[in-house]
Amino acid sequence: MDAPPAEVIPPGEPAVLEYADSREAAQLAEIRDSYGLWIDGAWSAPRSGRFFPTLNPATEETLSRAAAAGEEDAAAAVEAARRAYDKTWGRTAPKERSKFLFRIARMVQERSRELAVLETLDGGKPIKESRDFDIPAAAAHFFHYAGWADKLEYAFPGLDHRPLGVAGQIIPWNFPLLMLAWKVAPALATGNTVVLKPAETTPLTALAFAELTEEAGLPPGVFNVVTGGGDAGAAVAGHPGVDKVAFTGSTAVGKEIGARLAGSGKRLTLELGGKAPHVIFDDAPVDQAVEGVVNGIFFNQGHVCCAGSRLLVQESVYEPFLARLKRRLGTLRVGDPLDKNTDIGAINSREQLDKIGGLVESGVEEGADLYQPACALPERGFWFPPTLFTGVSQSHRIAQEEIFGPVLSIMTFRTPDEAVEKANNTPYGLSAGVWTDKGSRILWMADRLRAGVVWANTFNKFDPASPFGGFRESGFGREGGRHGLLPYVRGGGGR
Amino acid sequence: MLTLLPPTEVPILGPAPAAAAIRSFLGAVPPVDATGAEERAAALATRSVKRESKRRALRLAVRMCDLTTLEGKDTPGKVRQLAAKAIRPDPTDPDIPSVAALCVYPALVPHAAGALAGSGVATASVAAYFPSGQAPRSARAEEAAWAAERGADEIDMVINRGAFLSGDFSAVYQEITSVKQAAGEARLKVILETGELVSYDNVRRAAMLAMAAGADFIKTSTGKVSPAATRPVTLVMLEAIRDFHDLTGRMVGMKPAGGIRTAKDAIGYLVLLSETLGAAWMTPARFRFGASSLLNDLLMQLRRLRDGRYQSPDYFTKD
Repeated sequence: MDAPPAEVIPPGEPAVLEYADSREAAQLAEIRDSYGLWIDGAWSAPRSGRFFPTLNPATEETLSRAAAAGEEDAAAAVEAARRAYDKTWGRTAPKERSKFLFRIARMVQERSRELAVLETLDGGKPIKESRDFDIPAAAAHFFHYAGWADKLEYAFPGLDHRPLGVAGQIIPWNFPLLMLAWKVAPALATGNTVVLKPAETTPLTALAFAELTEEAGLPPGVFNVVTGGGDAGAAVAGHPGVDKVAFTGSTAVGKEIGARLAGSGKRLTLELGGKAPHVIFDDAPVDQAVEGVVNGIFFNQGHVCCAGSRLLVQESVYEPFLARLKRRLGTLRVGDPLDKNTDIGAINSREQLDKIGGLVESGVEEGADLYQPACALPERGFWFPPTLFTGVSQSHRIAQEEIFGPVLSIMTFRTPDEAVEKANNTPYGLSAGVWTDKGSRILWMADRLRAGVVWANTFNKFDPASPFGGFRESGFGREGGRHGLLPYVRGGGGR
Repeated sequence: MLTLLPPTEVPILGPAPAAAAIRSFLGAVPPVDATGAEERAAALATRSVKRESKRRALRLAVRMCDLTTLEGKDTPGKVRQLAAKAIRPDPTDPDIPSVAALCVYPALVPHAAGALAGSGVATASVAAYFPSGQAPRSARAEEAAWAAERGADEIDMVINRGAFLSGDFSAVYQEITSVKQAAGEARLKVILETGELVSYDNVRRAAMLAMAAGADFIKTSTGKVSPAATRPVTLVMLEAIRDFHDLTGRMVGMKPAGGIRTAKDAIGYLVLLSETLGAAWMTPARFRFGASSLLNDLLMQLRRLRDGRYQSPDYFTKD
């Protein structure tokens, strides 16, 4: 907007509303110099003898070192989980399992501030998101599944709802504690025991959670954490003592796991990538749609599998919509994730930053037009400005491949049929968004969009009661709600 | 000292447009998704304004206050007392700026204008059959003219909600243009009475209609109807102001009124303003708070920032 007319600003009174430098205290999170593996209710040194550093991506400082689990470590964890399943957890009455989950949920709430700071330090996400979304949603999942634990026969009448045994769970770095909750809560509610492999770049909240389960009195071996890289995950998934594998992460790794597990008799659920279409019709509530688009792609720096990364705008409103979107981008605050006023934090790792940079370069080379608002980025740490691409074609890599960063590819359409065709023109199918003031069109679109979740006049809404999961290369199996229990009970079927 | 911007010029659709022309103008106003608007307003509430940034925001909020008394029992004496408060809100601290305006009923305009003469504080009058607006167009215009002639720098009028809700947008438009013309040089604040329009869609259309008819400011509420100002309603009106600026180049002001009692509330509104319209609107010439009890809380918070402790309400004047 224009500068204010000089005559209306008295000297010494700046016209711009400045926000206070309001940082959450990093000391709130207790971080040890190094962490072992959490196996059988105790810390143990890795048999591999190896450790790896975990960084604060906003400063590149090393926060701590975590153990790099090898095959022997994974085996020890699986054996501990098996013992717990045979001796304690598998024989625990459902209503007692329920009490443990309620207790864990309350403890997550009680320690929410500390966990939020830890999540932000280790992963780079803005404190307002870890504080207002990640941690409360994680607690909500434990509450939800606590309620199911003793009601499984009502959830699945006539179905064998006995547990499977040991679940090997591999989670990503974008919502570390929340993804833990999505996986651990239904597994424990149904009576399974767990070996969790957190992402290499974000192990800290899972390790803090391990301590919390001890305080909650969870029997040893029911919940185990093995940290490490891809090899640790492969060791967990590949161990013959594992009955069920749940993986959230990239489609490439998901396919690999699927191939390796074929014929093993292990049950598998995969929650993989996405390239979600976000469709804006000409009658959309335009200001809220702009907010929805911003939230859809810039929430958590775009490190969201269901991010609305392909924007499809009806051609008749394309120019004014783009103008509004660009103006809104100018007010996004990129910077210190611990600052409560920050909207966009740090990219999770250098590897991810390089991947985003590479794909953005390909977008420019292939002829799309790049737009980034002027914004100062910190010198140290991993940062990427909010980015729009216009003039994008379906055949560009940035329209096809998952970028997993704050990069939006914008295309246009003319008719609802064309919108559906373009929206579905992807190997993925995790989520989609539709903005229109017309209820009948929402239903018409939702019928045709091939996506596990279709949001109408909103985006990125989650609730523990609502199942979440994908089609095609976005994976299979559902997490959340009653559906989220199925992959963990014998009668649940699945692959 | 408050500098008033020149009043807006001719209404953009002409003085008496055809009903179809108004309908087509309003037809282009985008719909509002209530959930989304409320979420956005709530998200901005978490912005952190503290210490020096808070001190500046509070001083700005003082300068944006339309100190208001709108009671049947108002007297010249009460108005003189409030005028003194408007000019020097904190007698112990001459560094605290004056408020923007003192807002009274028409009959008290001569007293307010007299007491405020030369102070830089504007005299504002509710007029045109406030707060119902249920009177003939000529009568409404006449009352506004009366107040303006006796020294009102600003006229706060309310739209005809009955006409708006029955779809008679021309009547709403023409009543505004008539009052605007009658008010002459006085700046016109048009109250939408959002508590009676109910839906955000109505608020956004009424805001565009009022601006098209020549409003210098648009204002949420009379204070006589509940709910009065809310953050989402204010956000929707600020977005309408931004759209109107894009359309015409005119910068219309905003005045949330009613129910804003605490400094924290006020800062929340300034955050909405700053993130929606930006620096050009962060001035009393383009943003006001309509409030009676807000000022003392602003003063109390300013004194706490200065002295590091709260003082009893007894130390702040009740006028």
